[in-house]
Amino acid sequence: MKPAPFRYHRARDVHGTTRLLAELGEDAKVLAGGQSLVAMMNFRLARPDHLVDIGGLRELDHLTTGADGALHLGALTTHHTVETAPDALLGPGFAVLRRAMGWIGHLPIRTRGTVGGSLAHADATAEWCLLAVTLGAEIVVSGPGGQRRVPAGEFFLGPYTSALEPDELLTEVVFPRPAPHAALTEFAARKGDFALVSAVVDLDVEGGRVRGGRVGLGGVAPVPVRVPAAEAVLADGGSFADCAAAAAAAADPPDDAGGSAAYRRQLVRALVERACVQADGATEQKGAGAR
Amino acid sequence: MRRIEDGGREDGAYEDGGRLIGRSVPRREDPRLLTGRGRFVDDITLPGTLHAQFVRSTVAHGEVTAIDLDGVRAVPGVVAAYTADDLGLGDITAQLARPVEEFVPTAMPVLARDRVRYVGEPVAIVVARDAYAAEDGVEAARVGYAVHPPVTDEAAALADGAPLLHAEAARNTLVDVRLFATEGIDEVFAAADRVVRVEARTGRQNALPLETRGVLAHWDDREEQLVLHTCSQVPHQVRTVASRCLGLVERAVRVVVPDMGGGFGLKCVVGREELAAAAAALRLRRPVKWIEDRKDALSASFLAREQHYDVRAAFDAAGRILALDADVVCDMGAYSCYPFTAGIEPLMAAAEMPGVYKVPAYRVRGRAVATNKAPTAPYRGVSRPQYVMVVERLFERAARELDLDPVEIRRRNLITDFPYTGVNGITYDPGSYRESLDLCERTLRAEGWYERQRAARAAGRHLGIGYSCFSERTGYGSAAFAQRKMAVVPGFDLSEVRMDPSGAVTVTTGTMSHGQSHETTMAQIVAERLGLELDRVRLHQGDTDRVAYGWGTFASRSIAVGGSAVRLAAGRLGEKLRAIAAARWEVPVEETVLGRGEVVRRGAPGTALDYRELAEVAYLRVDLLPKDIEPGLTATAAFDVFNDGTFSNATHGVVVELHADTGRVEILRYVCVEDCGVAINPQVVEGQCRGGIAQGIAGALFEQVTYDAQGEPSATSFMDYRVPTAHEIPDVAIHHLQTPCAFTETGAKGAGEGGTIGAPAAVLNAVNDALRPTGVELDDIPITPETVHRALHRRHYQESAR
Amino acid sequence: MTNRPQPPAATPDTAAPVDVPPPAERELQLMVLDVNGERHEVITEARRTLVDVLRHELRLTGTHVGCEHGICGACTVLLDDRPVRACLMFAAQAEGARIRTVESLSARPPDAAGSQLSDLQRAFRAHHALQCGFCTPGFLMLAEGFLAERPDADTEEIREVVAANLCRCTGYQPLVEAIEDCAAARRAERAAASAPRKEK
Repeated sequence: MKPAPFRYHRARDVHGTTRLLAELGEDAKVLAGGQSLVAMMNFRLARPDHLVDIGGLRELDHLTTGADGALHLGALTTHHTVETAPDALLGPGFAVLRRAMGWIGHLPIRTRGTVGGSLAHADATAEWCLLAVTLGAEIVVSGPGGQRRVPAGEFFLGPYTSALEPDELLTEVVFPRPAPHAALTEFAARKGDFALVSAVVDLDVEGGRVRGGRVGLGGVAPVPVRVPAAEAVLADGGSFADCAAAAAAAADPPDDAGGSAAYRRQLVRALVERACVQADGATEQKGAGAR
Repeated sequence: MRRIEDGGREDGAYEDGGRLIGRSVPRREDPRLLTGRGRFVDDITLPGTLHAQFVRSTVAHGEVTAIDLDGVRAVPGVVAAYTADDLGLGDITAQLARPVEEFVPTAMPVLARDRVRYVGEPVAIVVARDAYAAEDGVEAARVGYAVHPPVTDEAAALADGAPLLHAEAARNTLVDVRLFATEGIDEVFAAADRVVRVEARTGRQNALPLETRGVLAHWDDREEQLVLHTCSQVPHQVRTVASRCLGLVERAVRVVVPDMGGGFGLKCVVGREELAAAAAALRLRRPVKWIEDRKDALSASFLAREQHYDVRAAFDAAGRILALDADVVCDMGAYSCYPFTAGIEPLMAAAEMPGVYKVPAYRVRGRAVATNKAPTAPYRGVSRPQYVMVVERLFERAARELDLDPVEIRRRNLITDFPYTGVNGITYDPGSYRESLDLCERTLRAEGWYERQRAARAAGRHLGIGYSCFSERTGYGSAAFAQRKMAVVPGFDLSEVRMDPSGAVTVTTGTMSHGQSHETTMAQIVAERLGLELDRVRLHQGDTDRVAYGWGTFASRSIAVGGSAVRLAAGRLGEKLRAIAAARWEVPVEETVLGRGEVVRRGAPGTALDYRELAEVAYLRVDLLPKDIEPGLTATAAFDVFNDGTFSNATHGVVVELHADTGRVEILRYVCVEDCGVAINPQVVEGQCRGGIAQGIAGALFEQVTYDAQGEPSATSFMDYRVPTAHEIPDVAIHHLQTPCAFTETGAKGAGEGGTIGAPAAVLNAVNDALRPTGVELDDIPITPETVHRALHRRHYQESAR
Repeated sequence: MTNRPQPPAATPDTAAPVDVPPPAERELQLMVLDVNGERHEVITEARRTLVDVLRHELRLTGTHVGCEHGICGACTVLLDDRPVRACLMFAAQAEGARIRTVESLSARPPDAAGSQLSDLQRAFRAHHALQCGFCTPGFLMLAEGFLAERPDADTEEIREVVAANLCRCTGYQPLVEAIEDCAAARRAERAAASAPRKEK
C-alpha cells in the first residue's frame, strides 16, 4: 500500500496554483490535508501524476465572521480548528458547525483534514458537504480567470464529483446566515465511520415556535440533498415526527450490502426526528451527541 | 478447592509474603515497548535489504494460462521477479492420520502454479530496492487466467455438480467425520419431552493482529544458515516447513522471532509468502524483506470462523438435556493450513461440543469444505466461540419452551462432580462451572439489572440479560493431539535453565509470547522456584538456535505446558545447587533446602551458601566439586500432558439495550467470572480476559469478512472490516475463582482464549432476551443493527414489503 | 540509509531469470525535517509517507505501520503538538513543522529508580494498557497530544479519543484508565504546585 510515483509541487499562492493547475490539466490533484486523498493513493485508487500541495497557503486558513453576519471559512481551516473555535468567533449562530465536527472521523483525522478538502472531495456522506447544502453555503473557487461563487446546492454533481474545474482551487466556503437552531446527526455501525445516513435540520424559530426549516440528508443519494417534502411539514407547523416521516417517505436511498433501502429509510426517519429535537434545543447542547 | 503448594521452603514460597506466583508484578516487556525500543520484524534492516511484494490472483478460481513478468523486471528499482517454476519449491501439505473418507490431504504450493483458488493467492514474487518499487513492479505483471466458476459458500461447495477446487476432494469436502453416535440416540429423541433445534451461521473473521505478517530472510555465509526473522507463534514449525520446501536440513535454517504484534492463532500456521521471500533471498544472496500490507492481510491472509450448525437437543420436562445431535460444516477456504489442516475447526467442534454440560447421548458430523476464499487458520478459541454459542442457544430455547428460567436450566445441567468423563470420551478435571454461574448471576442481580430490565420493558425499552457458560480445554498434551490424529503431534515443551557464574539465570521456553507477557510470568515461575529476585531471571524464546525445541504458543498452552517445563527445569537446577552445597558441607543433600537466593543447611540457621558462591564453584573452582557432579549449572526439563488436558471455565453475563430507532446494540454491562486455576499474574490474566472478550464482541456484533458472488473480497479495508473501538467495547468486570490444576507444575490452567469463547454466546443471548417481547429469535452472528431493527419493527417491514 | 540510489543488484548465484534492472529514474528531493528537536536532512522520493521516512530513513522505528489508510492509528505522531496519522501524510508535507515521535517521550536521564518512563508511560504500565505493544506508541502519542490540549478531559472525552486508534489486545478499558489516571495525576501535581503560592 505504497502510492504510485508523482511529481510534487508546493503551491506559493492561489494565483500561481490555478495557473499551475491549468498547465498540468487532468493529471494533477490538489493536496490539502490529504486525509482522504493520501489513503486513496496508498491503495493506488488515486494515482495523480502531479500533486500540488497547498498546505503552505496560510491565507486559506481563516475563520471569520463578516459584517453581514456570514461565516467565512478558508479552505485550509481544519475540522479541529472549527471544533475548538471559541464562542466569540462562532457564537450561537454557528455552534452547529462546532458540534458537527465530533462526527468527522477521529481527532488525528480532524487535526489534518480541512473544510475545503472535504468539500472538494465531494463524498455524499461527508459532514461538510451536507452542512453546506442544508445551510445554503456558497463555495468560493478561484481559477485562472478569477473567482466565482457556487451555491452548495449546485456544487455537488455526483459521488466524488463537483463543479470544480481541473484548473480551479476551492478557496473558501461562506455560510451566509446564522443557524442557531440547527443540528447534525448520523448513524454508522462504528463511531467515526462514514455515515450510513446523516441528517441536518436547521429550524426557523420565532418566539419559541418553529415556523419552518431546512432538512438535508446524506447517504441517501449520490450527493447530499434537501428534502422539500419534510421542510413543507415544518412550514405547515407539523410535528417533528411527521417531518421525519415525510423525509423517510421522500428518500430514495440505495439498497446494498451496507444496508437495505427499507432500513436506510427507517434511519432517515430516526435521524431527522433526532436532529429536529436537537436543533430545537440547540442552545442547550454540549457537543456531538452520544448515539 | 485445595492449595497446590504447601508453602514450604522447598517450593520457594515464603511466609513473609515474598511469593511471586499470584502477584501482578509489572511486566518485564513494558519498558522497551513503551519507549519505542521494541524490535518488530519490520524494525530490523540488514545492509542491502531488498523488499518483496506479491503478484496475486485477481480471480477467485481459474487456471493460470500465462505469467509475463518481463514488464515487472523493467520497472525501475525492481531487482528480480520469480514464478513458482522459477523457484521450484516443495509444496506445503498438512496431514491427518485419518482414512481418505475422513480426510483428503491437499497441497498448498508456495506460489500458485497452474491453478488459483482465491483472490489474493500469491502467483509471483517481486523483489525490489524498496517497498514502493516492489509495488510498482507488481502492477506491471501480466497474468492470464481461464476463469472457473467460483465456489463461494458452504452450500455451493456441497451442491451436486459443484466445481471442484481440488480434484481429489469430492464435493469439495476436505474433512468428514462422524463421531460418538451414542447407541439408541434416535430413540432418545423420539421419546423426549421436548426437542429444540438451532440452525446458526457465524461470520468469517480475521484474527487481525495489529502487526501484519512479515519476514526478513537472509543467508548467513558464516553460519551456513538461512536466517528468517519472522513473526510466528510456532518458530520450529516454520523451520521444519522452510527446510522441507527449500531442500535444506533443519540445522541450516534458523528462525528468529523478535517482538511480535499479536497473533491470535493467525501466526501459528506456516505462511507461503515467508517461504517465497526466503527462496528469493537464497537466490539473490541478499536480505529480502516482506511486510504484508493491510489490504493483503484482510483479503489474502489466513481467516477463520465461518461455520454452519444444524443442531438438535432433546430435553426432559424438567429441562435436563438427554441428547445432542449436531451437523457442523466449516468453510475452510481454499487450502489446509500447516500443521493443523482444515480439520482444525470441525474436529474441535465435534470433539468438544457437550462442553460444561452433562449430555448423556451425543452424535456429531463435522465437515470441512473448501471454497474459493483465503484459507483458514486457528483463531483464538477455534470453533469454541461458535459451538458454545449454539449450545447456549439450545439451552435458552429449551428454557423458553419449557418455561424455565434460563439460568436455572443451566444449573440443572452443569457438570458438578469431577473428574467427569463425558459422552465424548473426554475427562474433565475439576472446575467451578456451577460456582461461576452462581456468582455471575448474583453479581448482575445485586447490581439491580433485573429490576432495571423490568422498568425498561414497562417503558417500552429493550433491555436484555444474557449468559454463557463454557469451559476451555487448555494444556493440550501430545495425548490430546494424538486423539485428533494429527500427523505431527504437538503437545510437549522443553525448557533449559542456566545459571551463570554471577548467579543470574537464563531460561528458555519453546513457547512464544506475542503479548501474553511470558518474559514476566515465566520469570515469576523460575524466580519463585529458586527464591531469586525477578530481575535475576531472563527468558529466551523464539530462536530455533537458542531454544532446543518447542511447539510455540497456541491453544492456551504456554503457562500450562511451557510454564510447567520451566518450573521443572528450575527445580532441577535447584537440586544441582543443593548437591553442590551439600558437597561443600559434606552432608547429605537431604540436609539442604533452597532459600532466598541461597542454599540453606537444614537445622543450622545462618549456615548458607548463596548462589553466586555455588556458581563460582560450578564454573571457576570445579576442582572443589566431587567427581559425581558435572561442572556447570544447567538443567533441562520436558513437560507433557498425558491425559485429556485441563479445563479452564467461566461464565459471562451481559446486559444490552437495543436502540429502537437505529437497531444499535449497546452493551450496558459485562461481567466475567473466570477460573484458570492458579493465576501466575492476575493482571495478565485479566488482560487476556478483556482482550478476548473484545474480540468475541467483535465477532458477535461487528466484524465479517465478506465476498461478492464472484468471490471477490469486499471488506479489504478497515472501513469495511469493522474492528470495534473503545467506543464500542464496554468495560468488563472480572471476578476470579481458582480451582488449581492437579497436574500442571504450578496449578495453572490456560487463560488465553476464554474471553473470546464466551462473548458471542452471551451477547447473542442478551440480544434475544431483549427481543423477547417481539417473539423474534436470532441465531446468527454478526448481528447487524439492521437485523435488530427488523426484529424490533417486524410489522413495519412486512407492511412496506407489500 | 537508503536515501540515495543503490547499486545494481548482486548477480544471483544460480541461473535465475533475473534481468539487471535499468538505472533508477526516480525523482528525489531534499527534505529537512525537525524530529524530536533534531534537524534531519533526507533525500528521498516525494511519494514517501512520513511514517516510512521516520522508520526507514531516520530509523526511528518506534512509530509503527498498521493499516496505511488512517484508521488504526499505530502511526500516530505529533505534528506541531497535535496528533496526526503519519501514514496519511507525505514527509514533504511535514517540512517546517515540529514532529514528535514516541522516542521523544522518554528522552531524559533516568530517574533515581533507573526508569526512563514518563508519567504517561508509567500509567500505561501500571494499568496493563499494553500487551503486544504494537499499537502502544500510537496510543501514547495520541494521549500525549490530547492531554496537552485538554488536561481536564473527563472519562467520556478520553474514551472518545481512545476510540481513534485500534488495539487488538487490551479491550481498551486499561488504556482509558491509564490516560485518565495520568491526567488526574498531572492535575493533582499542578494543584499542589500552585497551592503553596495561594496560601501566601
